[in-house]
Amino acid sequence: MTASATDIIETPADTRKSGQFLYKASVVFLCAWVIVPLYFLLINTLSSPEAVNAFPKSFIPEFDLGSLAFFANFAGILTALKNSVLVAALTMVMSIAIGAPAGYALSRFEFPGKGLFRLLILLTRAFPLPLLALPLAVMFIRTGPDDTAFGLALVHTTLAIPFAVLITFSLFSGIPIELEEAAWTLGCTRFTAFTKVVFPLILPGITASAIFAFVISWNEVFAAAVLTIENRTLTAFLLQNLDTSPLHLKFAGGFILIVPALIFIFAVRKYLFAMWGIANR
Amino acid sequence: MNPRFLPYLLILPVTLFLCLFFLYPFLLVAKQAFSTASGLSLENFREVTGYWKFPISMKNTLLLAAIVVPIQLALALLMATMVNRMQKGRDLILYIWTIPLGISDLAAGIIWLAIFEQSGFLNSMMNGLGVVDRPVNFLSYQHPMIVFVAIMLAEIWRATAIMLVILVAGIGLIPKEYYEAAEVFGASPWKRFLRITLPMLRPSLQTALVLRVILAFEIFAVVQALGGTLFPVLMGETYAYQFELLNGGAAAAMALIILGISIAFTLIIMRALRVPKGATI
Amino acid sequence: MAEIQIKNVAKRFGSYQALHDINLTIADQEFMVLLGASGCGKSTLLRIIAGLETATTGEVWIGGRRVDHLSPKDRGIAMVFQNYAVFPHLTVFENIGFGLRMQKLPDAEVRRRVERTAGLMHIDQLLKRYSGELSGGQRQRVAVARALAMEPDVILMDEPLSNLDALLRLEMRAELKGVLAESNTTAIYVTHDQVEAMSLADRISVMHEGRIVQAATPVEVYRNPAERFVAGFIGNPPMNFLPANRLEGGRWQVAGQTYNGPATANGAVEFAIRPEDITPSDSGLPAKVRLVEPLGAHLLVTCDVDGSMFRAILESDLNVKAGDMLALAPQTDRIRWFDPQTSLAVA
Ligand SMILES: Nc1ncnc2c1ncn2[C@@H]1O[C@H](COP(=O)(O)OP(=O)(O)OP(=O)(O)O)[C@@H](O)[C@H]1O
Ligand SMILES: [Mg+2]
Repeated sequence: MTASATDIIETPADTRKSGQFLYKASVVFLCAWVIVPLYFLLINTLSSPEAVNAFPKSFIPEFDLGSLAFFANFAGILTALKNSVLVAALTMVMSIAIGAPAGYALSRFEFPGKGLFRLLILLTRAFPLPLLALPLAVMFIRTGPDDTAFGLALVHTTLAIPFAVLITFSLFSGIPIELEEAAWTLGCTRFTAFTKVVFPLILPGITASAIFAFVISWNEVFAAAVLTIENRTLTAFLLQNLDTSPLHLKFAGGFILIVPALIFIFAVRKYLFAMWGIANR
Repeated sequence: MNPRFLPYLLILPVTLFLCLFFLYPFLLVAKQAFSTASGLSLENFREVTGYWKFPISMKNTLLLAAIVVPIQLALALLMATMVNRMQKGRDLILYIWTIPLGISDLAAGIIWLAIFEQSGFLNSMMNGLGVVDRPVNFLSYQHPMIVFVAIMLAEIWRATAIMLVILVAGIGLIPKEYYEAAEVFGASPWKRFLRITLPMLRPSLQTALVLRVILAFEIFAVVQALGGTLFPVLMGETYAYQFELLNGGAAAAMALIILGISIAFTLIIMRALRVPKGATI
Repeated sequence: MAEIQIKNVAKRFGSYQALHDINLTIADQEFMVLLGASGCGKSTLLRIIAGLETATTGEVWIGGRRVDHLSPKDRGIAMVFQNYAVFPHLTVFENIGFGLRMQKLPDAEVRRRVERTAGLMHIDQLLKRYSGELSGGQRQRVAVARALAMEPDVILMDEPLSNLDALLRLEMRAELKGVLAESNTTAIYVTHDQVEAMSLADRISVMHEGRIVQAATPVEVYRNPAERFVAGFIGNPPMNFLPANRLEGGRWQVAGQTYNGPATANGAVEFAIRPEDITPSDSGLPAKVRLVEPLGAHLLVTCDVDGSMFRAILESDLNVKAGDMLALAPQTDRIRWFDPQTSLAVA
């Protein structure tokens, strides 16, 4: 009884202190929640294949490159890695090249049909796109780009384009139209105003959204598995061999999948929020 | 050139691209789903829905979404409000919390496999604490609950970040004056959250939920990595129809069913979180 | 030679008519100020002249050349924007030299002109800085220098001083006037600040709801407003209005007093007088004092005359307080008359 009585007459300072503690503890816990599973994967990756399959596990990596060496020597995996990079790079270039002009149009012009166009873009984002890989597989076999990096990149570009359009839209909207108008009055055409003023200002943001497109492609599993057979990407390769491949191969593969993502998210972190801030309108 | 046509010229590439790789394949899927050897019919749908695995995979997919999405929403809201009042280390904490954003579902599945597999870290830990003396094979048919929990955790771990990013961006758009005004009127932090943050966040909540729910219905690689065939889901069945049973019509029908569910839920969420016209910031 | 002619220009935004049939001629080297309340279409007109907006109908001529089909870069204009539009990725030097580089002038010429205009605007110390490292006033100077460096026939300015604090605005205003007078360019300057307009302009075009209601010298606009709107807009506080009834032989009764007025057929006109053209006397408009505001040298006295509000600026040594009755005599040569039907001035 006495204990609960003191609880009730807690002073505000006490509540604040315990509130602060609870707050800090939650932040730490949530950070651990994200990092610890990654750490476990790191242990497995940096351990010899024997250690990976052993029991019980050590909670400290032994810094053995055995698993990674096994991964590198596993038949076909380096080609898969190369394919992944190629497809992601193609996706990155195509989605920006195709998406950025539309983002510019949305940010700078009012035109009949704009609403409809935005709807089409949003619809694409709200659609289980990898499912479209099924008919595209048939279409590609008929027209040529089946089982090629280019063919898969086309599908991944469809996946990345709504993001590219919306992100570049918000980036362009962040550049005051007066800057362009000033350039026009100073002797620029629409095009040179773009190359001399808008483009230099937008470049970091464009890089970030290009990287975003890269990661979308790099991570995509379903369409990759459907559309590639000989030229598997890394995700497709790992998925296909999920039942048969040894644990240490899976873990090393998972690790390789994660590394670029970590770097990329770090590179684009500044834009992550700005992108969504306007893009979700 | 007439400047009136410029915006159309700029959106032309995206429009063509989406028509070719989004609308057209969508029509192809639809056609394939409804056509059988004997012409147009619902035969494919009858076949897939009649299959004994269909109700299970439907139930699993919906159940997973029903449990995972609300938890993610609550968690993301909590994290977003925590970040919002953070002064020191905000960038670092945000980076850590958004790391999973760049991680594919396959990699996430592999990460949680490292924890749940027979020689994994959970077993090692339990062994170290003396709870078990022999490693338990958690991811087997004897432990359906644990398989479910593992998939659930992996999904929560991986995909909360996307909601977090959208919500943090959304909170950033709410003018500080509203909070200050509420504070002047004596609203408690909890009241401020309920009366200001949540209502003003409606557009962002809408985006976050739509995106998450759609992705939840597409869950595939996490399940493949952790549960394999132990835990059938709709997307996994689609993959199986295409590759193991080589039944394109059935795969297309499955794809349409997933699409139907996605659209239905999108509409429900949009309606429930409708933003009255003119009530935006 | 860069005379500007605007012929029958109208502009619609969807169903909203922003400009109605504007006709205006601006002489070579004239400093024209477009003055009007917010939303009256000043910027729209300026942007049509610049080529940033296309008129729905009408023609724009600059220096005897029809330009309304030309893009901004081919019109021989330079523009200063309200928020300066200094390019953030370029140094001050490259900002000022931007237009010259676009004309592909040799480096030495670019350097010479940039340094000259930078000197003119007192920013020669800042040439290596980026716009993020400048204050608002300095950015403003860069924007003006960038326009001047082009040595344009016409310089267009859209509220270029409105983002500066009051003191800086005063200083820049004087400087701008000096620099532009020397540069021999025709200038169009948009503002909603009438003091700024008065002090800068050779002529003022007062705009109201998409129309130019009067284009005349500052003194003319102030002394002889062409429309009741101008009379009520210009001056701080603006003119007082009182209803007047016709008596015999061009005489009018205003609040019980009689004054000589226009000989129109109308039964009623409006009597108008500026607050500073009023003196207290033995006989005059009977006024009941409502409020007395000391302004330093003067008193702003708000009264009730014949049921209308009426303001007078009186000597500060006068001893008045709320509730007093005064007789206010207008200076008769300053009385103006407006037709209540057409709102136009009548004489
Ligand atoms: N792009 C546009 N679309 C629709 N209406 C517009 C557009 N630009 C201006 N308007 C409208 O035209 C009218 C005139 O606008 P303008 O910008 O010329 O006003 P202004 O006199 O410059 O006002 P301010 O002093 O506030 O700058 C306004 O009512 C404005 O709402
Ligand atoms: Mg304006």
